[in-house]
Amino acid sequence: MAAPKRLLALALAGPLLLSACTTDSSEDGSGQAGSGGDAGGGDLAVAVVTHGSAGDAFWDVVQNGAVAAGEDLGIEVDYQSDGDPQRQAQLIEAAVNRGVDGLVVSMANPDALQESIEAAVGAGIGVVTINSGGERSTEFGAIGHVGQDERIAGLGAGRRLAEEGATSVLCVIHEPGNVGLEQRCSGADEGFGGSFDTLQVDINDLTGAQSAITSQLQGTTGIDAVLTLNSAVAGVAVEAAADAGSDAQVATFDLNEDVISGIQDGDIAFAVDQQQYTQGYLPVVMLKLYAENLNTVGGGQPVLTGPGIVDADNVDAIADLASAGTR
Amino acid sequence: MGAVVVFVFFAVQSPAFRSPRGIANWLDPASTLGIMAVAVALLMIGGHFDLSAGVMTGTTALTVGIVAVEFRQNLWVAIGIALVVALAIGFGNGWLVTRTRLPSFIVTLGTFLMLQGLNLGLTKLFTDTVTVGGIDDVPGYATAEWVFASRVEILGAEIRVAVLWWLLFTALATWVLLRTRFGNWVFATGGDEMAARNVGVPARRTTIALFMTTAAAAWFVGTTLAVRLTSVQANTGIGQELIYIVAAVIGGCLLTGGFGSAVGAALGALIFGMTQLGIPYLRWDADWFYFFLGAMLLLAVLANRLVRRYAEAARR
Repeated sequence: MAAPKRLLALALAGPLLLSACTTDSSEDGSGQAGSGGDAGGGDLAVAVVTHGSAGDAFWDVVQNGAVAAGEDLGIEVDYQSDGDPQRQAQLIEAAVNRGVDGLVVSMANPDALQESIEAAVGAGIGVVTINSGGERSTEFGAIGHVGQDERIAGLGAGRRLAEEGATSVLCVIHEPGNVGLEQRCSGADEGFGGSFDTLQVDINDLTGAQSAITSQLQGTTGIDAVLTLNSAVAGVAVEAAADAGSDAQVATFDLNEDVISGIQDGDIAFAVDQQQYTQGYLPVVMLKLYAENLNTVGGGQPVLTGPGIVDADNVDAIADLASAGTR
Repeated sequence: MGAVVVFVFFAVQSPAFRSPRGIANWLDPASTLGIMAVAVALLMIGGHFDLSAGVMTGTTALTVGIVAVEFRQNLWVAIGIALVVALAIGFGNGWLVTRTRLPSFIVTLGTFLMLQGLNLGLTKLFTDTVTVGGIDDVPGYATAEWVFASRVEILGAEIRVAVLWWLLFTALATWVLLRTRFGNWVFATGGDEMAARNVGVPARRTTIALFMTTAAAAWFVGTTLAVRLTSVQANTGIGQELIYIVAAVIGGCLLTGGFGSAVGAALGALIFGMTQLGIPYLRWDADWFYFFLGAMLLLAVLANRLVRRYAEAARR
């Protein structure tokens, strides 16, 4: 008799305690007045909704960029993400209902987001798209796009591998269903022009990815370069090449500390860097300019943040920035 | 009870959450999840799991997309073919479970992995990429959109039609469970299969029918996805099967079978939808979402157990 009541009290008290904590922190934080509703009165509120999964190092840097821009410009920035396109659309709708002034959206799957982005534009909210999906950005009514053209980036990586003297490339895709990754590989194939294979691995199972790359290197003779599309996969690709007794060089997309030390040690030839920090930072600036001065940036063309190449020549300058979470 | 607590908790702190548009917003994830959770709850009451239920929503959505876009068929033809595919998979799951006596956990895990591979492999084979798009350019789209993806205005808010389907399916499942002979068979099969057989319950047919029901629900949700989003990714639905089970368990289903309700599962889905969008409405750090969800799962299950013990004690 007493037990259910006690539990009920606990169930009610838990959330209330939590809510007490959050009210405190938001008061000494950005000083927002109430939650949701209109965020008017000169203070801009921007919501960033991406398709990155929680805990992905790449998107952490995007989030850092957006938050830093918010602090620098005195704008309230809120970051949310979900890899499922339908749930991403629902998060966008939630931001619109909350009455934000600006919206930053990554468009891995433009079709699925079309309705919710157009609804945001219709509600008078400035929208900037980031990362992929630049070709549909204007059509949906966004004021600009900040990102890397995946095909062009892939093309650059392929050409560079050819310059490095590679003859046969293995391109490792780490997320089934990600169109951007497919575009990178096909761009690299085009730029490289030689023998080209792709391999599908799972980013959530890096040991499995390592053995898959090892067996591919052992099974297919002549592969002398491995191109990974994620910095964590680059790390295991280096180990896999060693395990397989292969001399294949490793090149990758995106940076992390392992990739940087890999480049410094000569284990990794180069990394294609799309400077995702700017994909978080710039849209907040663009939305401020738009809200206060109706400025738009890019003239209807995407603002490209990459590809930049990080190799032995420039890696030392970037190393500290990467460990600070901004590269 | 749990649903009320969660609603009050978010509604007190966020006016946008409790506004009609906000409600329409969080009813949306609850509805598609709820349709699946109700079917999964029936299966769990019947004593089985279906780990392939999540990826099957992807399989049916991709089937709809590929048949309609790549084979230039009317969208309704594609939707019909996807239903046949889903029912065949459901029948296969049920048949294997009843024939081999293997745990349904193992059988459907196998199905899950095979479907995951097929979804990716076949999509790339037919489209040369990992998504199927352009579903809205196919004949039959307008009527399909009306059935699966339109909006209905209620109290100034545009509610997705999936919410109405969810209510309908929950009512239907409740009626079947409580008022029909099939419902009795489901409880009997899940409670004690041998005893059920001895009193003449066709346990094997019941089990197969339940797996086919889950598959049909996956077809409905998959079609809704395909029609609404107009493009489908090859990795759609992976990982959702556990969320369906979470919703059913929050709603009072026992992992051992023989107990639970459709309404409970629907409420479990409602709690999930409110939490999923309540966190962004409160502008909390979404990194903690799964922690919150897990804590809620434990609390809900503990509360259910205490309530049931209390009810049983009172009955004596």
